[in-house]
This record gives sequence, C-alpha cells and structure tokens, in this order.
Amino acid sequence: MKDNSTHGYLDMDLLRFTTAGSVDDGKSTLIGRLLYDTKQIFEDQMEAVEAASAKRGNGDVDLSLLTDGLRAEREQGITIDVAYRYFATPKRKFIIADTPGHIQYTRNMVTGASTANLAIILVDARKGILEQTCRHSFIASLLGIPHVVFCINKMDLVDYDEATFTRIQKELEDFSSKLEVRDIRYIPISALKGDNVVDRSERMPWYQGPTLMYLLENIHIAGDLNHIDRRFPVQYVVRPMTQEHHDFRGFAGRVAGGVFRKGDQVNVLPSGFQSTIKSINLGEREVDEAFAPQSVVMTLADEIDISRGDVIVGANNLPESSQDVDVMLCWFNERPLQVNGKYAVKHNSRDARCVIKEVKYRMDISSLHKADGDQTIRMNDIGRVQLRTTVPLHFDKYQRNRFTGSLILVDESTNETVAAGMIV
Amino acid sequence: MHSYRLTHLKELESESMHILREVAAQFERPMLLFSGGKDSIVCFHLARKAFFPAKVPFPLLHVDTGHNFEETMTFRDELVKEHGAQLFVGSVQESIDSGRVQEETGYYASRNKLQTVTLLDSLEKHKVDCAIGGGRRDEEKARAKERVFSHRDEFGQWDPKNQRPELWNIYNGKKRPGEHFRAFPISNWTEMDVWQYIMLENIPIPSIYFSHEREVFKRDGVIYANSPVMRLKPEEKPYQMRVRFRTIGDMSCTGAVDSPASTLEEIIDEVASSRVTERGSRMDDKRSEAAMEDRKKEGYF
Repeated sequence: MKDNSTHGYLDMDLLRFTTAGSVDDGKSTLIGRLLYDTKQIFEDQMEAVEAASAKRGNGDVDLSLLTDGLRAEREQGITIDVAYRYFATPKRKFIIADTPGHIQYTRNMVTGASTANLAIILVDARKGILEQTCRHSFIASLLGIPHVVFCINKMDLVDYDEATFTRIQKELEDFSSKLEVRDIRYIPISALKGDNVVDRSERMPWYQGPTLMYLLENIHIAGDLNHIDRRFPVQYVVRPMTQEHHDFRGFAGRVAGGVFRKGDQVNVLPSGFQSTIKSINLGEREVDEAFAPQSVVMTLADEIDISRGDVIVGANNLPESSQDVDVMLCWFNERPLQVNGKYAVKHNSRDARCVIKEVKYRMDISSLHKADGDQTIRMNDIGRVQLRTTVPLHFDKYQRNRFTGSLILVDESTNETVAAGMIV
Repeated sequence: MHSYRLTHLKELESESMHILREVAAQFERPMLLFSGGKDSIVCFHLARKAFFPAKVPFPLLHVDTGHNFEETMTFRDELVKEHGAQLFVGSVQESIDSGRVQEETGYYASRNKLQTVTLLDSLEKHKVDCAIGGGRRDEEKARAKERVFSHRDEFGQWDPKNQRPELWNIYNGKKRPGEHFRAFPISNWTEMDVWQYIMLENIPIPSIYFSHEREVFKRDGVIYANSPVMRLKPEEKPYQMRVRFRTIGDMSCTGAVDSPASTLEEIIDEVASSRVTERGSRMDDKRSEAAMEDRKKEGYF
C-alpha cells in the first residue's frame, strides 16, 4: 500500500515538517529512508535512482538521490533549495520542506520553517553540536515551530553508544533552554541503516522512546493554531452582480485566528465600524462557524465599505494597530538592509510601504546573544528592527499568531522578497 | 467543546482557495490553463468554490496541440457551457501553420515541446499576467522546488536558482511590465489527494479516466491509443483492449494503463497499489534525466 485507500481517508490530517542539518548530516538519506521504509517509492523512481547510483559508481543504492531535485544539485551532490516532498501513512499525510544546511542558504530554512508544525534537526553523533545546529534550532524557535525533534544521526558510526547519545542530548538541552519551543524530543537514529526511523532499532536496546515515524504519526497538532483571537483578513470582495444575488457583497478570506460564528459581533479595521456576521459560506454550502485555517466568504448585517487589506476581528478582542512595528527580521538579499531605506511590506492581505527606522541589534545566532560591533544586517543575518509603515498594520505578536504576526519586505526596484519579519 | 481540526483534504482545499483569491486580487488578467485533465478540472472546481456565488473571475486558456482525445474536448466544451466560463484556445496547429514552430517528424514525433511556444504566444496575445496551472510538486523533481507564485522573466523563462522565498501564506506577485507569473494552487496535492477530492466532492471528469474498450498498440512497453496522429512502425499491430488513462495529455505522449477500474473507488484503490508514478507513462519526461527542468526553464507549464 502506497497511500491510504478509499477507507479512512476522510479521517487523516496533515502534518508539515521541515528538515535541517549541516552538510553531510545525512538529511537526504533520512528523507529517502522515510519514503523507502513507508513504501512510498515507485518502481520507476527506484529504477532511476539505481541507474544514477550505478553511473556515479557508488556501490550501494544511494537513497539521498530520491530527493535531490535540480541538475545543479545532482552535479554538485548537494541540495540547494527548498524542495517539497509528500508521503502518507494510513494515519497522516505529510509534507516535508527539505531545506539545505549550508550557511548561505539560511533563507531557505526560514522559508521551509514558516509553515511547519514540526522541525527535524539532524546532529551527527560523531560531531555533536555545531554552529549550524544552533542556527537551525534558533530559526525553528524564531519561526514559532511548536515541535522540534533532534535526531542524533549516524549512531552506526559510534557503535550505537548510549553515552555518546546522552552527552549530546545533555548539550542540546542546555542550549535549548534559551529557545522558545514548547515541545523538544531526542532520538538516536541511523538513517543509513534504518535504526529508529520507521522501524525500532534492535541495536540500541537502551533507548526506550518512540521511533521518529511514531512521533510524526502521533504528535498532537490540532492545538498548534490560534483558536482564540478572531482574525479574518479580507482577501477579496465577492460581488456577483447577478439578478439572483444583486446586492450580495461577500468578504472572502482565510481565517487567521479564532472561531467566527453566525451572529457574532465583529469590528472592521481600520474603519472601526461594528456589525454582526449575517452568513458564512464555504463554497455553495452555508456553515454555522469558521475557524483557522478555513477559507470562507462572510457577509455582514450592515452595509460597510470593506476592501482587500481590511481585517474583520472579534468585537472584544482587538489586535494591536500601529504604524510602528518592531520585528525580528531575517534578511535574504545580497544587498544589505538599508537603514532609512524604504521597502514594500506585505502583511496578510495588506500592502503598504515602510521605512527602516532603526536596527536595534543584530543577533549572533551561534551564541543567541546580541552581536558586538557592526550592526549591518546582511544576507542570512537576523536582527531586531524598527519599522515605520505608511498605514497602520493590525497585528498580533508572532508568538501568539503566526499569520497575523508575520510580514515580508519587498525591494521596490527589483520586486524581490528581501526579508521575513516576525512581529515582537 | 469540539475540536477544530481539518482533514488533510479540507486543509488543502482551504489553502488552494486562498491562493486562487490571491491570484485574482494581485493580477490584472489571470487565466486558468485548462487541459481537460483532472488537475485543471480540480483547479476550476476550487475556483468556483473560492468565488461563489460570483462566477470564476478569470477565463480558461486551453493550449490545444490538435492531438487531443475527443472525449476530453467534449468534456471541456460541456464544462464551459454549464458554468458560463470564458474559454480561449491557443492552437499549436496555428503555430505550425504560421511557421512559429516546426513539427517534429519520425515515429516519436510529439507536439508536447511545441506547446511552449503556443503557450507563450497566447499569454502575450491575451496580455495574461498570471497563468494558473494544475501542476503539483509530487509529479516531478523539478516541480518539487517551484514556488506557488512562480516568476517568469520577459522571455517566459523560469530561473530555478533565483526564486523568491515564499513564506507563510504571503505570496509576492510583484513584477515588471512584460514579466508574468505562473501560479500553482494545488502545488501541495498528491495524485492520491486529487482522486480522493474528486470522489469527496463528486466532481465530473472525462470518461477516458475510466476503463473502456479501445484500439491500442504497444511501443517500448507503453500502451498508446491508436489514432491518426500516431505513425505506426511496421511491426506495431493495433489491437482491442480494456484500458484507462491515468493522466490526460497529448495523444502522442500519453500512455494508457491496462485497467478494469470503472469507478472512482476502484481508481483510488488502483492508485494506492500502483508501483509506478503517474508520469511513468509519459514519454515526454523520459527524454532525459532533466527533461522537465529543461522544458520548464524555457517556459513550459
């Protein structure tokens, strides 16, 4: 069986996870192993990998080839961009954002982490914590990933030694105490040999915890979204202008937080007008309530001028509204951040412009301290930055809501996405 | 207190509806590339849901190789009529007739590669600034890396090494004049998700996805429909067989599968136990290890 069959598919949920590790930590091998041991590999894919392995002359079938996408990667033997992989077990469907480990590609890890419920961070058992381990852990924490799993890999190369695992786990625990991650786990594995990935290892009887696959299938994720603060950024105004729906004005969007019910009192920002929810539609079907992350169309009892970029919120629970926004910024572009420079901002469905008022500090990601000296924010740097926007943004802190607390900056001359911001 | 939990299909649906609305909001003149295959049918269905009770606010664009299955064309025309959609057709035959491209010759001649020119010409002719496609990341290794909002330069080229980071559900569709975007609302769906969703939502699809009797012939282990567009080698003898199609593309490069599956349930069971990928029956991907990547860089879907 490759996927769930007709039966039970209505009951599966979706877990998005990201994988990070330093070069040669065996990340591609781990993903190849997950796919292979859950029987997700098709014959034609396996044939292609066998042929490619043979061409390169490495003796064994190289499972990492299953995930190496672009030609440049195949030539250099490294992963250079975020690649998405899919597999399913009878319990869950999984989306893997496979991101590279090199320092210059931090932006890809941030990208992959932005939507993840869980991060797998690989640590080479022979090397222990490296600077990149710290960097990856910090990014996972900064991007608000609720669950982090440290896989101590290549246990086969340290004779499956318990003391090695325990020592690395201890080091990781000390380091992680500075992070804001709710749920951290540690598993000794060998991706190459398959220990504790899908099948329980017989070579590490001292380890009593779950296998990686067991965790992925069972970790509780329904509580990861904010179902408290009602937030509905309006994406698009639906106006059929037909005979049947002559005066219909519906507000289309994806619920970013909380639960909206028919009859609820709501506020519209920035106008501040109040109204009540008249109807909620999901396609043709009218529903009584909508919650994150559902995409619906709402109508309100009163005729209020609402357009894209506005946000409908619960009447007694308003987000912060301000033109002064304090963010942790990850910089993605070769041209450094320009203090006093102007950029376009995208926050939910709102487009605005901003000026960079001040760099408060640059992070030294390996020590998790403020960096000394030069505070220029360059490619792959992370820093705390004060923005002044042309119009007020209506936001929550990122740690409270990953959707209403996030924004991107766009260079107005090249249109490139130059930074990701987490509102603090 | 009940749990606010979505099934994977509902979560994917919600994500796709959000993407389609972003396209409609961020672009002046988007179009949905519509081949009559299941992925584009699902995209259209999602678009109807996203904008209900209004009509889908963008037209359909069919890049017609002239080598289509008749059943697909009938289906396309009925769908357009039923939903009052606007359809534009870009014709590869016209591109050949006007000398824009040259027809391949030989037994393996296919119009698949020629489509790229017709597609880019059509986008320019209709001033399309975003072409929405049914591409999925699970289909192929190069697609696995493509963004949901995928930038194309003025030559329609994709630059895989210089893609914009795409975070959370914020999509950056800013561009210069002459450039355009491709948007892939079902990027995160797998073949299985698409089939399950078709069943869940009861979405009509062309009859050739279901098992039927047809005249076929075998070439290099692939079963092809016998048709005037295929040039048979002397040793290739057509015969009758019960088959169905797992993907629907140009007749010259789409292989059939030997299958008795005549209901959605049976198709899903078949997909679940299949040992080869969907594109395993597509000749166009087999041309080289990086075939898809090369075509995409030139502007292919």
